Formats: sequence, C-alpha cells, structure tokens
Amino acid sequence: MTDATAQNTPAPSGKSLLSLDQRTRRRNASERRFRLYGAVAICLSIAALVMLLTSVIGNGASAFFQTYAKIELTLDPAELDPEGNRNPDEMGKVTTLRYGNLMKAAFPASLQAAGISTEGISDTEIGDMLSKEAPAQLRDRVLSDPDMLGESVEFWALANGRIDGYIKGRVSMASAERDSNVSPAQLQLADRMREAGLLTTRFNWDFITFPDASELRPEAAGLGVAIVGSAYMMLIVLFLALPIGVAASIYLEEFAPQNRFTDLIEVNISNLAAVPSIVFGILGLAVFINYAGLPASAPIVGGLVLTLMTLPTIIISTRAALKAVPPSIRSAALGVGASKMQTVFHHVLPLAMPGILTGTILGLAQALGETAPLLLIGMVAFVRDYPSWPIDGFFDPASALPVQVYNFTTRGDPAFVERASGAIIVLLVFLLCMNLLAIYLRRKFERRW
Amino acid sequence: MSIGLILLFVVGLGVIGFYLGRRRALTSVSGDPRKLHSLPSQYGQSVFLFTVVPALLLLAVWLLAEPRVIDSRVRGVVEATGATGSELDLKMADVTRISEGLDALVQRSTLTEDQLTQMRADMADVRGRLADVGVALGSAVEPAVFQAAKQRRALVQTSSLLKGAGVALFAIAGFAFAISRINPTFRARNVSEGVVMALLIGSSLVAILTTVGIVLSLVFETASFFRMYPAKDFFLSLTWNPQFRGGSDLGIWPLLWGTLYVSFIALLVAVPIGLLAAIYLAEYASKRVRSVAKPAIEILAGIPTIVYGLFALITVGPALRDYFAQPLGLGSSSSSVMTAGLVMGIMLIPFVSSLSDDIINSVPQAMRDGSYGLGATKSESIKQVILPAALPGVVGAVLLAASRAIGETMIVVLGAGAAAKLSLNPFEAMTTITVKIVSQLTGDTEFASPETLVAFALGLTLFVFTLGLNVLALYIVRKYREQYE
Repeated sequence: MTDATAQNTPAPSGKSLLSLDQRTRRRNASERRFRLYGAVAICLSIAALVMLLTSVIGNGASAFFQTYAKIELTLDPAELDPEGNRNPDEMGKVTTLRYGNLMKAAFPASLQAAGISTEGISDTEIGDMLSKEAPAQLRDRVLSDPDMLGESVEFWALANGRIDGYIKGRVSMASAERDSNVSPAQLQLADRMREAGLLTTRFNWDFITFPDASELRPEAAGLGVAIVGSAYMMLIVLFLALPIGVAASIYLEEFAPQNRFTDLIEVNISNLAAVPSIVFGILGLAVFINYAGLPASAPIVGGLVLTLMTLPTIIISTRAALKAVPPSIRSAALGVGASKMQTVFHHVLPLAMPGILTGTILGLAQALGETAPLLLIGMVAFVRDYPSWPIDGFFDPASALPVQVYNFTTRGDPAFVERASGAIIVLLVFLLCMNLLAIYLRRKFERRW
Repeated sequence: MSIGLILLFVVGLGVIGFYLGRRRALTSVSGDPRKLHSLPSQYGQSVFLFTVVPALLLLAVWLLAEPRVIDSRVRGVVEATGATGSELDLKMADVTRISEGLDALVQRSTLTEDQLTQMRADMADVRGRLADVGVALGSAVEPAVFQAAKQRRALVQTSSLLKGAGVALFAIAGFAFAISRINPTFRARNVSEGVVMALLIGSSLVAILTTVGIVLSLVFETASFFRMYPAKDFFLSLTWNPQFRGGSDLGIWPLLWGTLYVSFIALLVAVPIGLLAAIYLAEYASKRVRSVAKPAIEILAGIPTIVYGLFALITVGPALRDYFAQPLGLGSSSSSVMTAGLVMGIMLIPFVSSLSDDIINSVPQAMRDGSYGLGATKSESIKQVILPAALPGVVGAVLLAASRAIGETMIVVLGAGAAAKLSLNPFEAMTTITVKIVSQLTGDTEFASPETLVAFALGLTLFVFTLGLNVLALYIVRKYREQYE
C-alpha cells in the first residue's frame, strides 16, 4: 500500500519550499492588503473622533474667556436716584437707558484721562465698543449697593462681540472694513487700550451662570437657564424612569407568566427602543401639551418625554442585571421561608443594584444629549428668566443644553458659533462625568458569580 | 397650595402611618410578634401604601385634567364674544397671560383682592400695570377677555385649593382605613404584596401605553390632515412648497428622496468602515490594540447627535464646499446631502462595528479551524467562510443602521439644508422628513392647518418605515442566531 502511494507522488517540481512561488506571494500580498484595510478603517474612525473633538474644542474653548474694558465713571446721584433716598426699590425705576448714556459719556473721557488718543474716532463709535448688555450690568451692581452713588468707581464693562472677536483673532482689520458693525479705527483703539491695560481678557464664569442673551449681544449670552433646565429634566427622568423601569423589569423578569400578554409587553419595549427620538417629540406635543394642556417649553414636559424615551434603555439593562443574579440566591431565600416578593426585594434587587445604577446613568447620559424631541415641545423658545425652585419650577419655561446649542447655531452673528461650541464642551464634560461614574460603579461593585 | 407641599404632606403622612401601623400591630398582641399573621413592618407597609398610592394617583390625574377643564370653561366665555378660529386661540393666549399677570400683581401686593374684583378693563390701566410685572400685551384689553382672565384666575385658585384638599382627604382616608384594619389576624403581607404587585404590573404597562399614545396621536392628527389635504397629492405629488396662506403643495417625494439619499451616503461610509473595523478587531488586533481601539470607537456612539450636527455645520460643510464642490463646479452650498451623509456615516460606524463584532464572534471557532486546516490564509477564511456564515447577521445590522439613519434629526437639520429638491447632485442642499417635521412644528403657523398637521403624516411615515426596518432586522438576526446556538 505504501509503495503504491509513493509511486503516485508527482515528481518534485524542483522548487525549494523555502522560496515562495508566485501564487503564494500573491496570496500573502492579498492577506497583507486585507489586514491593512482593517487597520485603515480603525485609523479612519479614530481620526474622525479626534477631528470632531478638536473642531469643537478648538472653536469653543475661547467662549470661556471674555474681553472687558475698564471705565472710570462718577455715578451721578441726581441722575440715578432722583428721589435721593438710596432706596433700591425707587432706584429700580431708573431705566437701563440712563445708565447707558452715563456710560457712553464716561467712556471716552476715561480713555483720555488714561492718556489714550481717541483721534479720528467719534464718541458714538467709542461707545459702541461696549456691549449693549454693559449698562444693565452696571445697573444691577448699583442696585445691589446703592452706597456707590456719588463716588467715582472703576467698572469693567463687557466689550462688544466684535472687539472680543478681534482680541481672540476671529475679527481682523480686513474683515472689519467690510463689516458695518465695527470699523478698523475701533480695532486700532482696542489695540491701544490693550497696551495700556484698559482692555483685558478674563475667565468668563458668566458664560456658565448667565441666561441667554438676544441676537445682538452674543458677548453676554450664557448657559445658566439651559443648565438649570437640563438639570430639572434629569431629575424628573431619574425620579420617574428609575422606579418605573425597575418595577417593570422586576415584573417581567421575576413574576410574569409566559403568555401572550407578556410577549406583547416585551415586543413593545424592544420596538420603543428603536423608535426615532423625534417621534417621542411628536407624542409629547400631541399628548402632554395639546391634550393634557401642560405648559409648552416647561421642564416637566421635556422630562416626561425623555422618561418615556429612556425607559426601554433602563428596562433592558435592569433585566440584564437581574438575570445575572444566580438562581441559587433565589432558591436559598425561598428555602429559609421568604416570600417571592421578599426574595426579590431583599436579596435579588440589592445584588443587581450596581448594574441597574450603571444602566440608569448611561440612560440619563443619553437623555441629556437628546435634542430633537425637545425642539418639538417648544424648548427652543427664548427664555431669560430662571425657573423657580422645584417642584413648581418644573412648570416654568426653561431651555436645555443641547437645545441651547441648536439655538445658538440658528443666529446670524458668527460669535455664536464660538458660544455653541463652548456649550457643547460643557455638555461633553457633563457626559464624561456621568460615564466615568458609571465605569467606576461597574468596576467597584461588579461581581462575577 | 404648591405641589411640593402636597407631596411632602402625603409622603410624611405615609411615613408616620408606617410607624403607627407597626406599633399598633405590636401593641395589639402586647409586644409578641409571633402572634401576628405577618411581620410587624408589613403592617406598617400596608398603611404606607394605602396612604400614599391612592393620593398620588389622584394628584397625577388632577394635574393632567386640570388645564383642560379650566381651558374649556374659560373658552366658553371667550367664545361668547363671537371669536372663532385663530382669533379665539389668540384671545385664549391673552387670557392665560393676563390671568398670570394678575396673579403676579397680587403676589407683589401692588393689588389687593378687593381691588381686583372691582377692576375693570375699560377703567383701570390694565395694560400698564401688567407691563410692570413683565406681561407685555399687544393691544388694549377687551372687557370680555379681562372678565375671562379674572374667571380663569378664580378657577385656578379654586382648583388649586380643591386639589390640595382632595389629595389630603384621600391620604387621610386611606390612612384611617388601613390603620383601622390592623389586628393580629389581618393578612398584612398578602395585602401589601398585592398592592406592590399591582404597581409592578402597572409599571410594565407604561411601555404599552407609550406605544398606544404614539400610534393614536399620529393616526388621529394624520386623519385630520387628510381631511384638509387630499391623500393622493401627499403620496403622489413631486413638489413640496408649503405656503403661509394656504394653497400649499405638500408632496412627500422630495423629502423621501432626500432622506433616502442622505441615508444611502451614510451607509456607504459606515458599512465598509464599520465592518472592516469589526473584522480587524475580532480577527487581527492584538489585545493591546483592541483595548484602546474598541472603547475609542464606542466613544463615537456616546456623543450626542447635536455635536455631530455642529461638526457638520462648522467644519465638514465648509471644507467640502471649499475643497470639493466649488473647484469641481458642483455647487456652492455648505449644507449638502454629502455633508450630512458623511457626518451621519461617522455617527453610524460604532453602531455597525459593534453589532458586526458580536456577530463575527458568534461564528463557531470550528469553522475557522476547518478553513485554516485546509490551508486558507486568514483573509481567505474571513472572506470565504466567516463572512458568508455571518452574512444574515450583518444584513440585520445594516438594516438597523439604516433605520437609525432615516430617523436621525439633528445632523440633517444642521447639515443637509432646508430646500426640498429632487436632484442627483450630492453637493446640493436637500431636505429630509425629519427636518420638515421640525420646521413645520416649530414654525409660527396655526396648529389646525394642513401646513402644521402634515408633520404628523410625515411622522407616521417615519414611524412605519423605521418600525418595518427594525422588525425585519430583528427577524433576520434572530433567525441567524438560532442557526449556531
């Protein structure tokens, strides 16, 4: 037998096994090529991530800094407190306009006093270098401390968005010539002021704490109301979605009999997880606002819509966490006489809690970044007043962080691009913190059975 | 009475009930818990549940019904002035604002209740006083509207009082009932577990209610849209041109075309990159590369879509315009199908790659070993054995990604543009179904007009499309999984 096979072996081709033939080389090359494609795909995705983050951070980091101009002015009591009682209620009747006039008069004078030449530029133009929001800020400061009246004070006023843009490099002399809102002469004056230390850029806490501002004053626009609104909605989602989601999961995982009704619920949950978020917005508009008559652009409606949206996520992760608890725990509890309910609430649920919390935090993170449904329920409205404290504050108009980003992008002034990117940085920081917390919880409490 | 206060009262009473119930159960057997049917804390629990649950249910129902009831009562008064349609809606909005303004005035104590009852729109300077509290009114206040506003304010106050009283009454009644039932033979465990069970079942019904709510709201509003606008034109017309003053063309085809075109480009980007990345991670990557690359790609999935939208608007759009569209003479718009498709593709990469990763990993090792044993190289095994085996799963993943792409909103709102066009040029701005849902529902048009209601018809189309794709994808994936398990 062995002889027969030996005779059938083809004659050696004369090629060495150590040198590759044409075909093997081709196959090896195609192997290398395929491997390269995979590596390129990975690199492309990571490059996309890096580009995305650098674009947002590069555009938005400057939103956290703002330019201020120094003004020395005397607060004339006759103008600002005509009654002369230093009573903030009476002084509140003096409008911002009067403060603005005072400021416009004082600004050129204080420049000249500091020895800066204002030649070739009119007083109106100099006044326009300040933000339209600056008089309101001066007014707030005076009302909070009426004793300032009559004294000569130093006031750092917000500079106009264009001047701010020039300091940050967004506006140039060339673009100023084509721009009706700013002139090269103003920019040159800004240069002189900066050299004299009358114009500086400082860290801008106001960006995080101030409410939104109108289209004409991007330099004063902040995220305060949006952050409060988002926080309120997250509270509502947490207090509604967590208990409802956990209760539904417990029922489906531990108690539900295998029947059609249970199947119906399960199919529903997996379908809801895949419904586009904008459809939930339509639901919110039709049911909560039009049918139930809840106020539009209130955190309560946004919170309810986001709750319905995050419920599937929370239910799916909670069920996975409950499933991961080994059956021996249940048998042991039942064996020492616990009722089924006691088994679940005293033993299974506490052991599943880390997994449930991780899933909930991830669901909240998803809800925090959601924009489309909130647009439909009127959260795009321009809101300047802070909502009051919960629970009544849930019914007051508010904005939300991602919607505020969208709002900024719809406005004409290029300075709002910087604000939108800055708002995204704030949003991403919140998301990062939530994800880190989830990872920490998972690492710290995760148990392998 | 504020809702927070009511909640505090109800929950506080419940907690007191818990301790009282437990104590009463213990004292009824003179401190010997062995003589009780259930554990002492279960008696407390039953009191807590009976106090809190009915009261909170009443509060929820009241909150949902209150605005509607008040609105319909006040509407009657305004309707008596002969206003109809949009005029009626405007007047109703005025009523709401005036009544809230009056409330603010009373709270700031610039107006006493007596003054308010005597106040009349044609005598006192209503507009000026309301402007003080930040309620700006366009025109002078009509007496009827002012009367309605006063009535609304009175109704809101009565309702608020009744709400507080009713909820408190429910809580106290439940409390008293539960306390009175406590005796050593009372089966507290069965009762409280029964209530908890009902709550669990109720919670799991929320999912069904949500689906029912979505379907009903879409179907009802779509039906009223089709009563105003012929369904034939909606499904067959090739132009989309909404007008403020009626006579709009609301054909769905330009929107559907834009949606499918953007999704197609997105899949063209996401499927090859995602699939190759998944193959590389599953078959080639060393442990170290995997531990870095996999989370990095998954970060892409955690980034909110508004961030992608802004990326499209400020970076990708202008770059595509300056380096491709304008030099090639294909267009001069920075928002285009290409912009939106490209960025959406990036968003979908992690989606495709993590689904494919799972599927490739679930192909049995024996098939790989068999292929290697026959002398195939790694790439040959992947292309000729693993991928064909994983194909149904990969198709399912692609379908799920497609449904994601069709329903995506923010990227197309910021990246694709608003012009409804049927064009083949990918560098032109086009629009999608989701963009138009947003623009029609956030616009200033009257709610009961075809221009607004069309958004619901578009929403229904979107819902049906994505649901169909999902059901199909899940069916394919499930069928495939059974093959190897």
